[in-house]
Amino acid sequence: MFANFDFDVIRRSLGYLFLDGMTFTLTLTALSALGGIIFGTLIALMRLSGFKLLGRIAGLYVDFMRSLPLVLVIFWFYFLVPYVGQWVTGASRPISVGAFTSALVTFIMFEAAYFSEIMRAGIQSISKGQPAAANALGLTYAQTMRYVVLPQAFRNMLPVLLTQTIVLFQDTSLVYVLSMPDFLGAASKVAQRDGRLVEMYLFAAVVYFTVSCAASFAVRRLQARISIVR
Amino acid sequence: MIEIRHVDKWYGPTFQALKDCTTSVAKGEVVVVCGPSGSGKSTLIKCVNALEPFQGGEIILDGIKVNDPGTDLPKLRARVGMVFQHFELFPHLKIIENLCLAQEKVLGRSRDEAVAKAEMLLERVGLKDHAQKYPAELSGGQQQRVAIARALAMDPIAMLFDEPTSALDPEMISEVLDVMVDLAREGMTMMVVSHEMGFARKVAHRVIFMDRGEIVEDAKKEDFFGSPRSDRAQKFLSKILSH
Repeated sequence: MFANFDFDVIRRSLGYLFLDGMTFTLTLTALSALGGIIFGTLIALMRLSGFKLLGRIAGLYVDFMRSLPLVLVIFWFYFLVPYVGQWVTGASRPISVGAFTSALVTFIMFEAAYFSEIMRAGIQSISKGQPAAANALGLTYAQTMRYVVLPQAFRNMLPVLLTQTIVLFQDTSLVYVLSMPDFLGAASKVAQRDGRLVEMYLFAAVVYFTVSCAASFAVRRLQARISIVR
Repeated sequence: MIEIRHVDKWYGPTFQALKDCTTSVAKGEVVVVCGPSGSGKSTLIKCVNALEPFQGGEIILDGIKVNDPGTDLPKLRARVGMVFQHFELFPHLKIIENLCLAQEKVLGRSRDEAVAKAEMLLERVGLKDHAQKYPAELSGGQQQRVAIARALAMDPIAMLFDEPTSALDPEMISEVLDVMVDLAREGMTMMVVSHEMGFARKVAHRVIFMDRGEIVEDAKKEDFFGSPRSDRAQKFLSKILSH
């Protein structure tokens, strides 16, 4: 069945696929994960704060984001963000933000819901005595979180955070609905241009599989190392 | 130095953890608080630096009302050292960083100043060689000595000890008590929740006996060990001293 396969199409488009497509995918993944973890940590802190209202708002946000399909959120955001920008800045016309910014904001907002649950578990895994000791030394709430609780929570949760980032790496392929040139988008473009759908989608699958598998393996090794130290 | 007046504390609407507790610790005084588990002694000492909120009464620390909403709690807590049952060293930081963190972030000391102070105190508790290790690499007794040094690094006006030896293996208890005895003899104001009656005999000025959230007995050491007035204190003493 491989007789009429044209593997040369892959070789010819390698530069485009990796230098453009994969770079885009990895950039989007890294920035989304970074933003998502920071924003997610803030949401987790809101949920764990003593203020009921803040906790409720954060809880609603997480439930809301987790109840929607990601594709839909990407789509909506792309159309909504310009109008939100217009409303915030008071401009006369919708603000053009560009597909990349829109996608990045979407992923950060969406993934933050998942990262916040991970960070919440991480913060709750720290014994109550730790913040008590920090407070007893005179550290403020912010200092206690920054220097004592969050470093430990982050460290304990690092394997889970990275696993979620691998899922995010795969999810970024959904930006195809905005016809953006991520790795899958690039492969798809070549596939349609040259009429080599099977080859290109097969190749894309192998690449996603290899990268994700290698990353999972690395996370498992990291997990083993961390659990020995602690 | 520490004035505790008519303190009431409830957990939930029904369980009263502290009932009308009144006592005080004068400057340079060493007060040992003992009593059966669940008697509220740990809760009481945690109220002193507001780690536990309480509903009734007041606590005055060096002239400042702890339960006044306007009180700058971090600032107040920084002046009182506290040592916990389970040490509570920060496991992700080296010993030296455990001692420097609050000095730098709370007191605003320079790095050199903080390190010098930390090294001096580690030397004092006999752990200078362990400065670059992580807490998990130390024994329980060593960790508790580090915890005492960490509290002393803030130049506290008083020290609170919450069962400092009850999580330790027996052979490590004396190394921690020795440090505490030295501190007491130097005139540090100390409030110590402990069952170590040997320590109380050696350095305490007063002994407080608590049961079911109440201060049952608050007496000079000599009177307390001579003839405690209440039955409950007598029973408690006979139980822990008989073996």
